[in-house]
Amino acid sequence: MLVSPTYFMKKTLIVLTVAALAGSVASAAEVSGKVKLTGTPPPEKPITLDPPCAKLQPNPISTRHYVVSPDKGLANVFVWVKEGAKPTPAPAGKGPALDQKGCQYQPYVMGVQSGQHFDVKNSDTLLHNVHTLPKVAGNKEKNIGQPIPMSSDFVFDKQEVLVQFKCEVHPWMFAYVGVVDHPYFAVTDKDGSFKISGLPAGDYTIEAVHLKAGKVTQKVTVGADDKKTVDFTLEAKAPPQ
Amino acid sequence: MVRSTDNVWLHRFACALSVATLFLVALGGVVTTKGVGMAVPDWPTTYGENMFLFPPSKWIGGIFYEHSHRLVASVVGMLTIVLAVWLWLKESRAWLRWLGVVAFFAVAFQGVLGGMRVVFDKYGLGTELGIFHATFAQLFFLLVCSIALFTSRWWMNVSKCPRDSIVAPAVCRFFTVTTGWILIQLILGATMRHQHAGLAVPDFPLAYGKIWPATDAASVELYNAHRLEAAGEAPITGAHIVVHMAHRFMALAVLLAVIGCVIATWRNTSPGSVLRKISGTWVALVLVQVALGIFTILSQRKVDVTTAHVAVGALTFMTGWMLVLMASRTVAMNPVSERVDSAVRAPMAGQLTHA
Repeated sequence: MLVSPTYFMKKTLIVLTVAALAGSVASAAEVSGKVKLTGTPPPEKPITLDPPCAKLQPNPISTRHYVVSPDKGLANVFVWVKEGAKPTPAPAGKGPALDQKGCQYQPYVMGVQSGQHFDVKNSDTLLHNVHTLPKVAGNKEKNIGQPIPMSSDFVFDKQEVLVQFKCEVHPWMFAYVGVVDHPYFAVTDKDGSFKISGLPAGDYTIEAVHLKAGKVTQKVTVGADDKKTVDFTLEAKAPPQ
Repeated sequence: MVRSTDNVWLHRFACALSVATLFLVALGGVVTTKGVGMAVPDWPTTYGENMFLFPPSKWIGGIFYEHSHRLVASVVGMLTIVLAVWLWLKESRAWLRWLGVVAFFAVAFQGVLGGMRVVFDKYGLGTELGIFHATFAQLFFLLVCSIALFTSRWWMNVSKCPRDSIVAPAVCRFFTVTTGWILIQLILGATMRHQHAGLAVPDFPLAYGKIWPATDAASVELYNAHRLEAAGEAPITGAHIVVHMAHRFMALAVLLAVIGCVIATWRNTSPGSVLRKISGTWVALVLVQVALGIFTILSQRKVDVTTAHVAVGALTFMTGWMLVLMASRTVAMNPVSERVDSAVRAPMAGQLTHA
């Protein structure tokens, strides 16, 4: 049976595309690690809730600047590939939601891709306003009211680490969203651990950003299926004299 | 229609408007201190509703303060319209009638400015417009207090007064310069407050343990690492620290200048003269204001203390301006060649001292 050159080329192209996709799927390098805090951070400030919020939030709350585990793991650190990763189109699906629950934003720090839509929810039975305060040109400031339990769609077009969200109705409510133009980012959990998955093989600069303790970078090279550990140390410096 | 210069109830109304304006300034101070200026994201509506019909059940959290500020501002606006119309109908001095018109346009401008501070916040102009709004509020307060003074009987009856109740023109200029310094101090304060940098330097009397704190990038980063903002205020910058320190040193300059003004007034006037009494009140206000400024820092910007600092600042500015107007009036109405001996004019002295 004779095969036409066009048919052959099409088949070859399909095979190559599948191979490339398979390769990228197979390229499942992973960088994980832990962010630790040295030094003694200043004590958090207790927050006095107004009566309507106190009904929703029976537990005493405080600011969340330094959330440190017993073994010095630092939570709420945004860890991302600062250099080496190519910008990728935003995924079609929505990113993680930022929730307002018990008059607190949950989570305190999260990440989305630039161009990726995500919801800001109001799970409370009272009014919150959602006020974004981006600094990078191209990311629009927005201030809307959410008078009832509901969700509103948000998106940022430009990379920005980190965008602040505020509720001025309840001024103690604020949170941060890291906006990155690729999917290689993570936020440390309560133990200070993080994991960035699906990295293509290559050389990267990874940055750990904490709003108070500052930022620190490390370079790492990963092969197609490498699982590398990269730990960071941030310092709570002594107070100014 | 009978117009005159003697309208007692018009004067009282202007005084009441001055008090209402001071209350409005203080309420604006609460809004800024609490950081709730954007708790209502729209203007002139409130969450899409007519602001006068916005149900009280929704006045929660920061909305209560911002919405109350808007409603009290509306009341002050309406009272200013009444004052302008009243002046137009009953006041015989044309310039004062027109000053009422100026007050009307000023309050309308101030209202729109407050709205623009909200509407243009998304374009990054909220802070700048907020500073302008706060400063213009002080100037409007001065304007209505001036109208209250111009409609008083003291203003009309001061044509002849004893020599020892009149200060030298140089003292008038001293009052003017010192009041100008207070205006600069108020602008510095408004800048600091609207940039949420009131605690850019959190200790007193030293500043981060020094007379003048370091403002290099590393030092500012360290300061920010130890500023645990309860309301998510933006990190401070070196410029914030400089403005804060300028406010401290300007406070010292104003205090010394006001003490100088009081000494000059007391040298020029006899005991019991109205200028002497007001200048004594002025220095007392400045001392209270300095104490409130210190306590604002030491209390970590407690709302009641900080609001009192804003209100007393407005009163200090107004008192200085009243002294400028009253001293200038006594000088203008009593040229040196026409001044008479205080002993001859004893009855007039009583009129002036008990005004």
